[in-house]
Formats: sequence, C-alpha cells, structure tokens
Amino acid sequence: MRRRSRLRVVANEAVGPYALVRVERDDIEPGVPGQFFMLEAPGRLLPRPMSLCQAPTGELAFLLEAIGPGTQALAAVEPGEEIHVFGPLGNGFRLDVEKPLLVGGGIGVAPFPYVSEQLGGPPAILGFRSDWHAEAAALVPNAQVVVEPTLVTELLPQGHDVLACGPEPMLDAVRELVPHAQLAWEAPMACGYGACYGCSVEIDGVLQRLCVAGPVLEAA
Amino acid sequence: MIFNASGCLDALEAPEVARALDVFVTKTVTPQPREGNRPVRIAETEAGMLNSIGLENPGIEALLADKLPRLAELGVPLWVSVGGFAASDYGELCAALDDRPEVAAVELNLSCPNVEEAPESASEIVHAARRRTRKTLYAKLSPAATDLPDTARAVQAAGADGLSLVNTVRGLALDDKTLQPRLGSETGGYSGPGLKPIALAAVYQCYRATGMPIVGMGGISTGRDALEFLAAGATSIALGTILFTDPDAPGRVRRELAGELASRGLSTTEDATGLAHSPGPVSVA
Repeated sequence: MRRRSRLRVVANEAVGPYALVRVERDDIEPGVPGQFFMLEAPGRLLPRPMSLCQAPTGELAFLLEAIGPGTQALAAVEPGEEIHVFGPLGNGFRLDVEKPLLVGGGIGVAPFPYVSEQLGGPPAILGFRSDWHAEAAALVPNAQVVVEPTLVTELLPQGHDVLACGPEPMLDAVRELVPHAQLAWEAPMACGYGACYGCSVEIDGVLQRLCVAGPVLEAA
Repeated sequence: MIFNASGCLDALEAPEVARALDVFVTKTVTPQPREGNRPVRIAETEAGMLNSIGLENPGIEALLADKLPRLAELGVPLWVSVGGFAASDYGELCAALDDRPEVAAVELNLSCPNVEEAPESASEIVHAARRRTRKTLYAKLSPAATDLPDTARAVQAAGADGLSLVNTVRGLALDDKTLQPRLGSETGGYSGPGLKPIALAAVYQCYRATGMPIVGMGGISTGRDALEFLAAGATSIALGTILFTDPDAPGRVRRELAGELASRGLSTTEDATGLAHSPGPVSVA
C-alpha cells in the first residue's frame, strides 16, 4: 500500500556522475522493482518520480542524475535532512520470466540493482555515454557494459525475456528487436498517482497516463 | 467544506483521497470524448506550475454509463464539471445530468485556458444551462477578466447559484537551453502558490459584488490559506495543485483550518466567511 512519509536521509553517495540517495524506510514498502516513488525536491513545488534502485534492510535507495532544478536539489540532500517520500506507485516489472535479460541505458540503470536482486542476478547489458557514467554499472551484477558510440542494441542476443529501461530512442530500438519486451518509460509527472493527467506519453499513437498505466509497459 | 479543484484528482484511482473531501468534483466532461493535448503537458515554474492537459475526458456518455455509478459508490457528494464549445453544449450536458440522482451540483467550466472558448458570454452559457437543469449550478470563472465582478453579477442574473473562483490563468514557460516553449501546446494554465493573491482578489471582489456562495481556490496549500479564502468571502474551499504534491492534504488542511478558526475564537467556517469585509478584524486570541 502506498503511503507518504517524511524520511531521513541516511547517505548521499556519488556513483560516477550520479547520486545514490539512501533514506530510512520507516513504514514505506519497497514495492515491486520498476515501481517508483515521488521524492520531495527541497525548495521546489513538485516532487520528482524516481524508481527504487536498492532496498537494503530498513532503507530505500534512489539513483538520480542532476539534470534540472528538481534533481539538482535532490542530488544535494545531506544525511540527516528529511524529505517526503510517496509510494510505491505505478506498475513494476513482471518478474515471472524464464530467461531474463536486463537492458539499460544511462540513468535507466536505476531500477536494475533491485530487479537484479529479486531475479537472482540475471545477465545485463548496460550502455553509457562515457566511462565515468559507466561507473554506475558496478551496482548491477553480471553486467556487460558498452560505452557510446556502441549501443546496447548491437549486443542484444535473441531468446531472452528483456526488461529494459533507458532513453526513449533506446526503448524504441529494443522493442523493434524484441517483441514483448517489458519497457520502463519516463515522463515529467506532477503527482504520480493519476491525479494530474500530466504524464501522458504517446506510444504507437495512443496517449497513456504513465503513472497508472506504467511506467513499465509491455511492447506490442 | 473542502472540495478538490476540478481536474486535480482522479477519485477512481485514489478513492482514499476523494473520501477525505466533503465534495468530489469531476474532471470536466465534454459532449464528446477528448484525448487531450500532446505531451509535454506539465512544467514546474518559479512559484507554481503550468498544465496543458486540454480537457482529456471520456465524454458525457461514458461518464453517465460507467464513471458516475462508480463515483457514487465512494459515498462523497458529487459535483460534475461540464465544458463545451458553444452554449448549447453546456445546455445539453446539463440536461443529460439533470435526472441523475448521484449528481449534487453542476459546475460550468467557463474558463479553461487550454481549449478554445465558447463564443457566447458567460451569462449566455449560464442561461442556456439554467434552462435545462434544476440542479445547483456553479459558474467557474477565470480571474483574467478585467471586469470579473461584472461577469459575476451577470452569471448571477442568468441563474447561477454560486461561483467557483478561480480557474488557472494562461502562462508560458521556456526551456532554459533552447528558449522554446516547454509545453507541447506552448501555453498552459498557471496554478499553485503564485495564483493565490490573484484568486483571493477574485473571491474578495465577487463576494462584494454578488454575495453569492463561492468555492474559493487557487494556491491553497495550508489551513491558513483556506482561512484567508473564507475571510475574503468563500463559503467553501477547493484544493488543486497541493493534491499533486501531498495526497494527504485534505485531512491536513482540515486540521490546520480547525486550529486557525479556534485560535480566533471562531467555531465554524461560516463564522469566518467574509471577515475581510467587516470593519472589526478578528485577531488571534
């Protein structure tokens, strides 16, 4: 059951250019991998949606990239600060798959440490724009890493149940190659629970509220 | 009484939030289904946010057949917000809702900044709606009109029972790097804390001009904000953008408002309505 609680920041660690923010879990459930949480961005009006990266005992951990005012505020939180966390929200990955393969691009690696833990460390292919960004691959066991200009889709083997998260062009390329891949999409969100209608994404010409229909959607 | 602002809560997705309200107001329904605007639909700004949802809704037939019975099961009084592109649309929507016992009142959305407005004046639309329904009718107005008190008087004369004040105002946000509009539809409706003084002025002026019941809204995020809207002349208040950031806001604002009233020796919200217009201020005890 989703809840909103004020949670204490335990740590904020750099992982390459990304920030791994760990908060005390309190009474919030970690949910299914691929689900997300709305994190208060200190000083900003709206919270920001982040998928859960790790669920160590008593904690929730989020990997984020400072790309705008909200994520910059979140990347600057310090241990001891408290932020509101609301979740878990949306639909996560379906984990009843026979031969999982995790495919991530950039900050799209975020949900995979938790996914990997739940699936017993399946193989992963992770793509990054630089070696510095690729330091985040250390969070995912059994990961094969590629750095641009090489793309993850160039290494994609056949016959796997693909769980993918990354930039839209990567997701589009993955679903071209792998029918029925599970794809985690991203959109700006105000609320995360269906109230604002702001996170609609257009997939195959159909608008869907990502927070309630997704963020994980099955490719057609 | 605490409402949600129309379009700021999906009661079927979040029934626990809707049940914490005194009245649930639906997202605006139009005669035909509408897919809404293309993304990007929201943008945070310095003191608020912009939205350009574009009245996404399933249309009146689907509302009547599917959503209304499910919403009625929540056990919260229901207001239906209606919108159209001509006065006749509003009339037909009101007629379709008139014999539905689940509907306590109809709110006429006369001011969505994200779609083309009906060519008729607000009072002509209210008149068209009034002729087709016995339901309580509230007119939701934009604060952008320079003659807002005149408009309020005109909709009162046309048969409105109350006012919902205010809708969002049109705004624009540009991308830092490209200087292009951040929203897919370029401009959007501005809401949040930055709207509050504008909304308060609208409530204050329209209360003085009409004395009508007013649902006040626009940047309310605390019980203190709610108290100010009551003092300006609102009889009820509605929560909008705050519901996006805090789904527990209805209960919290209710508790905070009760504390604000008590600290001034006021026992009910009715006691607070219009206080800003009376000569003797009520100070904190």
